[in-house]
Amino acid sequence: MFSEFLQFLFTGVTIGATYALIALGFTLIYNASHVINFAQGEFLMIGGMATVSFMALGLPMPLAITLAVLLSGLMGVLLQRFAIAPAKKADVVTLIIITIGASIFIRGLAQLLWGKQYHVVPNFSSDEPIRILGAVMNTQSLWVLGIGTVVVVALVLFFTRTMIGKAILATSMNKQASRLVGIKTQFVLMLAFLVSALLGGIAGVVVAPITFTSYDIGIMLGLKGFVAAAIGGLGSGVGAVVGGLCLGIVEAMAAGYLSSDYKDAVAFSMILLVLFFMPRGLFGAKVVERV
Amino acid sequence: MTALVEVKGLDKAFGGVHAVENVSFSVDAGQVYSVIGPNGAGKTTLFNLITGLYTPTGGEIRLNGETTNDLEPNQLAERGMCRTFQQMQICMNMTAIENVMLGRHLKLKSSLFTTLFRLPGLLRDEKSARQRAADLMEYVGCGDYLETEASAMSYGALKRLEIARALAADPKVILLDEPAAGLNAVETAALEQLIRRIADEGTTVMLVEHDMKLVMGISDHLLVLNYGRVLAEGTPSEIRNNPDVIAAYLGG
Amino acid sequence: MFDQFMKVRLRGMIVLAIIVVVIPLFLTNPFQYDLATQILIVGGAVVGLNLLVGFAGQISLGHAGFFGLGAYFTGIMTGTYGWPAVPTLLLGAAVVGAIAWIVGRPILRLKGHYLSMATLAVGFIIAIIINNESQLTGGPDGMPVPALDLFGWELSSFGLYSFFGIEFDGYELWYFFAGLMLLLAVWLAQNLIDSPIGRGLRAVHGSEVAARVVGVDTAKYKSLVFVISAVYASITGSLYAHFQGFITPAVAGFDFSIILITMVVLGGMGSTYGVILGAAVLTLLPQVLADFQELEMVMFGLILMLTMIFMPKGLLPTLGSMAGKRFAKKTGGQP
Repeated sequence: MFSEFLQFLFTGVTIGATYALIALGFTLIYNASHVINFAQGEFLMIGGMATVSFMALGLPMPLAITLAVLLSGLMGVLLQRFAIAPAKKADVVTLIIITIGASIFIRGLAQLLWGKQYHVVPNFSSDEPIRILGAVMNTQSLWVLGIGTVVVVALVLFFTRTMIGKAILATSMNKQASRLVGIKTQFVLMLAFLVSALLGGIAGVVVAPITFTSYDIGIMLGLKGFVAAAIGGLGSGVGAVVGGLCLGIVEAMAAGYLSSDYKDAVAFSMILLVLFFMPRGLFGAKVVERV
Repeated sequence: MTALVEVKGLDKAFGGVHAVENVSFSVDAGQVYSVIGPNGAGKTTLFNLITGLYTPTGGEIRLNGETTNDLEPNQLAERGMCRTFQQMQICMNMTAIENVMLGRHLKLKSSLFTTLFRLPGLLRDEKSARQRAADLMEYVGCGDYLETEASAMSYGALKRLEIARALAADPKVILLDEPAAGLNAVETAALEQLIRRIADEGTTVMLVEHDMKLVMGISDHLLVLNYGRVLAEGTPSEIRNNPDVIAAYLGG
Repeated sequence: MFDQFMKVRLRGMIVLAIIVVVIPLFLTNPFQYDLATQILIVGGAVVGLNLLVGFAGQISLGHAGFFGLGAYFTGIMTGTYGWPAVPTLLLGAAVVGAIAWIVGRPILRLKGHYLSMATLAVGFIIAIIINNESQLTGGPDGMPVPALDLFGWELSSFGLYSFFGIEFDGYELWYFFAGLMLLLAVWLAQNLIDSPIGRGLRAVHGSEVAARVVGVDTAKYKSLVFVISAVYASITGSLYAHFQGFITPAVAGFDFSIILITMVVLGGMGSTYGVILGAAVLTLLPQVLADFQELEMVMFGLILMLTMIFMPKGLLPTLGSMAGKRFAKKTGGQP
């Protein structure tokens, strides 16, 4: 009974940590530019798939992973430079469609490069699962949680301790004022996309050994990240982490106790429920309309 | 004479900041009633409270004797209150006359069915609304722009257009938030005449304005706000001679 | 100039009618008719969606859910239970409208991205239910749908008909029937836009504050247009089901929701004829790109991105204003 619950919890927290990383990526870009980036999931896909390729070239795993994450980051920069920046004055919906176009484009490239089949990334360490109180935990889950925690801590330090991080925050609060004090906002936006894409790449690599990876995994993961970010309240870092973990746990519980066919339905019902009662998510800022 | 708009002990706090604090006054029907005060005194917040865009944190607002604290802007419009904005709220995706016809919204009651199949009832309504809107645009002095896209109009013309839209609902009271801001001397003089005409024809006017010459010339009563509180209230000559006002405005 | 021309109510509809009548001259086989008919039916759905997105300025990323509900309501009721087609279609529209009204009220309070998130979720939930309730819907394998029965007169793509001694193939008749339906959809949409209700809706987009202070009950209007656009989706979904004769959960899926909104944005938000062009382009593009095989996806994404970056207002408004400028230059008149 309890071991079953614990099992679902492990699964939920692991996948939830991944969602949290994706949601953080969303939040970062949303804060800096108010763009909802539907191509966010593709960063994960690139992270996982590129690791497979680099390892197939004979590179040692840590190097392959590093290169894959960097490649993902490069993709983020390119996305900002060539798709988002030229469309500065576009409508919100138009920007959404642009990121959807970008996502299809990236997916198409991936399909060209890596084909349609599934690829496997080996576990980072031992394949031997750990047993805790009757539940089984994959060692890779520990990697996901560990790296997730490190990333979150690093992000907090980045935004509170470094000039660049503070500049990004300032830009997200008031573009005009930041420009006046000499922050190059276009540069900051590019940075936001870079960091967000790096986050996505990391998430993609750490979760790949658990979920397998293929050219089209990005869509659903990206959407789940969006759900997590919205549950937490768009724009809130804490919200992204809490939203991601909540979503992962609820999904795992729904799959375990109800029906795995309806686990996605539960996730989407959850977001509706949260928004019905808290229209700005759990941690979303209340905005006063100015007229 | 009973008060048309009555405000008692009104409070509005954003977080810990009181934008409007314990403000009371009343406006009689047919008056031109102005609210003045330095920037940030809470004038626009006061208007937003009266027109239902904000909900008060304390106190009471009455329109024609009815408490309106919790009413939505559209419900207040139904009760005869219309307004313009300091930062103009014009629908740039419409033509000028459509903006004014929008102001006629409450008078047009065609059902969805009548609308979808464009039955004669709708056509009659639309024709009368268009006529009324065109008359009003003539009245405020932008009759040359009927079918112009709002986005192609000059600032001054848009200011007048917004007043026409507010008048289109045949309101009992119209609130004008800085109507003279950004206008030149000629335009301001025309505006003064317009406001006087509106008042003479029986519509109560509430005004937030910085142009002292304009305000002192047309107001029956003035309310002076400072830091969200009432500094003084009275006729233009009383205000002009009020030592607190002189200190706040001139002595600074 | 061009926009002004199309805005005059009947002129636009006449142009559309002429195009619908002329196109068959270029169609040579049933497959092409099939595509053209699809465009006309889906065109009706995007005309409805445009009321919500283009005029009221509300984003829906889940509209295929309503399209799919209409399609499956028709499929299940006429197929499994043998109900008559037209009453079923209308009842389906009423049911979907009611569902849209119930979910719309709380959803439409949400702003911007929260609204897109909520509509996305509603669409997903509908698609998941259709996918999983295989007893009713046939699950991922889909289900057959009977031909459209117009009060005893059956319209089937495979039939042969004869009017006044002229022979028509079923797919040709379907094409003209769908064209007629699209014209009706456009006429109703135009009537709605050009009315006090329509002004209220456009005002919600132009300045919600202005709409509220002149007495527009914005919450009610947003719900109303959400319901109307859902009813459009449901009816066109029902027609689509009859036309195709077979439906799969993809008609309710996220991908199709994205295609629908992309048709609106690509064609030109707020331009009724523009969104029909959008429907045509996005239906035909994959056919054209299919020749490029594995490059199809890359090119599709690239074209979508580039068009939106360089024509953010959409195809028809952009092309229209370009044509307008040309015309003005030639005649020396004002643009």
